[in-house]
Amino acid sequence: MKSLSKILATAALVGSTSLAQAEDPLKIGFVYVGPTGDAGWTYAHDEGRKYVEAQLGDKVETTYVESVPEGADGERVIRQLASKGNDLIFTTSFGYMNPTLKVAKKFKKVKFEHASGYKRDKNMGTYFTRAYQGRYLTGLIAGKMTKSNVLGYVASFPIPEVIRGINAFTKGAKEVNPDVQVKVVWASTWYDPAKEREAAETLILQGADVLTQHTDSAAVIQAAEARGKYALGYHSDMSVYGAKAHLTATVHNWGPLYLKKAQAVLDGTWASEDLWPGIADGTTDLAPLNDAIPADVKALVEEKKAALKAGTMRVFDGPVVNQAGEEVIPAGGTMDDGALLGFDFYVDGVEGKLPQS
Amino acid sequence: MDIELITNILFATIRTGTPLLLIALGEMVCEKSGVLNLGQEGMVLMGAVVGFMASVITGNLGMGIIAAVLAGALMSLLFGFLAISLVANQVATGLALTIFGTGLSAFLGASYVGVGIEGITAWHLPLVSEIPVIGKIFFSHDPLVYLSWVLFGLVYWCFKRTRLGLTIRSVGENPEAANAIGLSVLQIRYLAVMFGGAMAGLAGGYLSLAYTPLWTEGMSAGRGWIALALVVFASWKAERIMLGAYLFGAASIMHLVLQGLGFEASPNLLAMLPYGATIIVLMVLANDAIKAKLSTPLALGQPYRPQL
Repeated sequence: MKSLSKILATAALVGSTSLAQAEDPLKIGFVYVGPTGDAGWTYAHDEGRKYVEAQLGDKVETTYVESVPEGADGERVIRQLASKGNDLIFTTSFGYMNPTLKVAKKFKKVKFEHASGYKRDKNMGTYFTRAYQGRYLTGLIAGKMTKSNVLGYVASFPIPEVIRGINAFTKGAKEVNPDVQVKVVWASTWYDPAKEREAAETLILQGADVLTQHTDSAAVIQAAEARGKYALGYHSDMSVYGAKAHLTATVHNWGPLYLKKAQAVLDGTWASEDLWPGIADGTTDLAPLNDAIPADVKALVEEKKAALKAGTMRVFDGPVVNQAGEEVIPAGGTMDDGALLGFDFYVDGVEGKLPQS
Repeated sequence: MDIELITNILFATIRTGTPLLLIALGEMVCEKSGVLNLGQEGMVLMGAVVGFMASVITGNLGMGIIAAVLAGALMSLLFGFLAISLVANQVATGLALTIFGTGLSAFLGASYVGVGIEGITAWHLPLVSEIPVIGKIFFSHDPLVYLSWVLFGLVYWCFKRTRLGLTIRSVGENPEAANAIGLSVLQIRYLAVMFGGAMAGLAGGYLSLAYTPLWTEGMSAGRGWIALALVVFASWKAERIMLGAYLFGAASIMHLVLQGLGFEASPNLLAMLPYGATIIVLMVLANDAIKAKLSTPLALGQPYRPQL
């Protein structure tokens, strides 16, 4: 694997240098943890890169290196991108946090942006997306569409990001349907289409009639389609895999954020900051809503979306109740970002015990 | 647990075990002839992507399956040329084939990510699928599952009863002796390797056309490696490969079902279940260490240079 990613890295770098142009474009590098063809996380980041290219044309020149393992290999790739004259480098996975910081300390003139981490420096900012806002909206739809009052959630690993998604989804569903319960199956993988499909089948067997997933393939949508159930996609619009089943999807839209950062470097106004945009900035959004969703539910989703956008409400406004029925956040309060980033309990409505990771 | 749940678990077990059964059967034949091909993962992925592309282009799933088989066989031919004709190191060549297949499949399939197709649907066998419980578990699958049983039968019968089986074994046990009695070692090894490739390609086609009808990079998710291990733990016996494949399938399903039933255990521990259970059961079966050793093809992994 090491030599493979080395070849890929070299190929990508050679590709970028041969494209060098007469005027001095802003050179932007991207480091991806998966392949751009994963139809999920990395795919979404690459769409963002393309968006920047489309918007800024020959003012920028982008390079990406895909399938870069986190850890030592990551550091080498980031260092290589920095030493090849990239002015701005996006590292798009949590595991690149320490490598990025290390390289940032060496290359003071290069600007670094790291996704989903919490370590920053003068020339290293962080960013993430409030995907849980989309989860909440899909929860509203699921709560309204279910007939069995059992919702199925195919999850990957019990880390705060995933737990936050489960809780937001559950909170949305509970708001419109107090009888609803969410069943979670941990697939213990981010990516294995066959296993994701079996997890979905298991949930359907246990009565779930609306499914969603926090794994990377569209297999859950396919399972729902084959069994005549509903499903809510994640990462990208997955309706092509199940036109009837796919109600909508929580999608990432990194383009505007990347454009803003690139423009800031061009204008000389770039500063290290912690960005956590969401629905309000379009970084998190919903795919087009399926016509199977009744008009009043669509209207409700639009209303809540507008409220989230306007900031008149937040997903985890109190009361936030845990499984034991205790009010973690009382009515009138709201969970702060620190609590959101460290989510380690299920809210009321999720079935079963949260496994310790 | 009620009967419907058990029926569904067993049904899913067969579905989950099928790709492993196909890959491992192919690899077993290949290894019986004395060739160790570690390129399973690459061949499965090539089968998956080429099968998917052919289905999209021709609109015909049957063509997709044929293309998947051919893609796997072609990949193994490349391996055969390097490892058999050019006498390259089999382990290194096999690993290279996996890396090559992974990369090439990603390259070929780049524009097919996000394309949806109508997959191969279940084929309820007449009469027998009406039998309660049994019908649902065994006879309500897609045609490729039935095909895997036919192929299992053929491989089993081949090594139990036929001259062909003996021929393949002799080439894998003692190529010099096989050569001396007039067998073409290289030709037989080529055919065995290509059978292995075709089976891996078929497994790929099963994944991308029947199980989860979609293409994404690396969708085999390590099944090629599991199948390789299965062959060893099954001590090169077709019936144990089948048992191992379904055991692995059953344990994979239990990992998910137990959680749904509210069984409180770490999902990570449960995720280990298929690996642990399969290894333990097959090791118990092959507890006679000498017997296990005896069943390893003696010339496995050793290149053969014909005496000129």
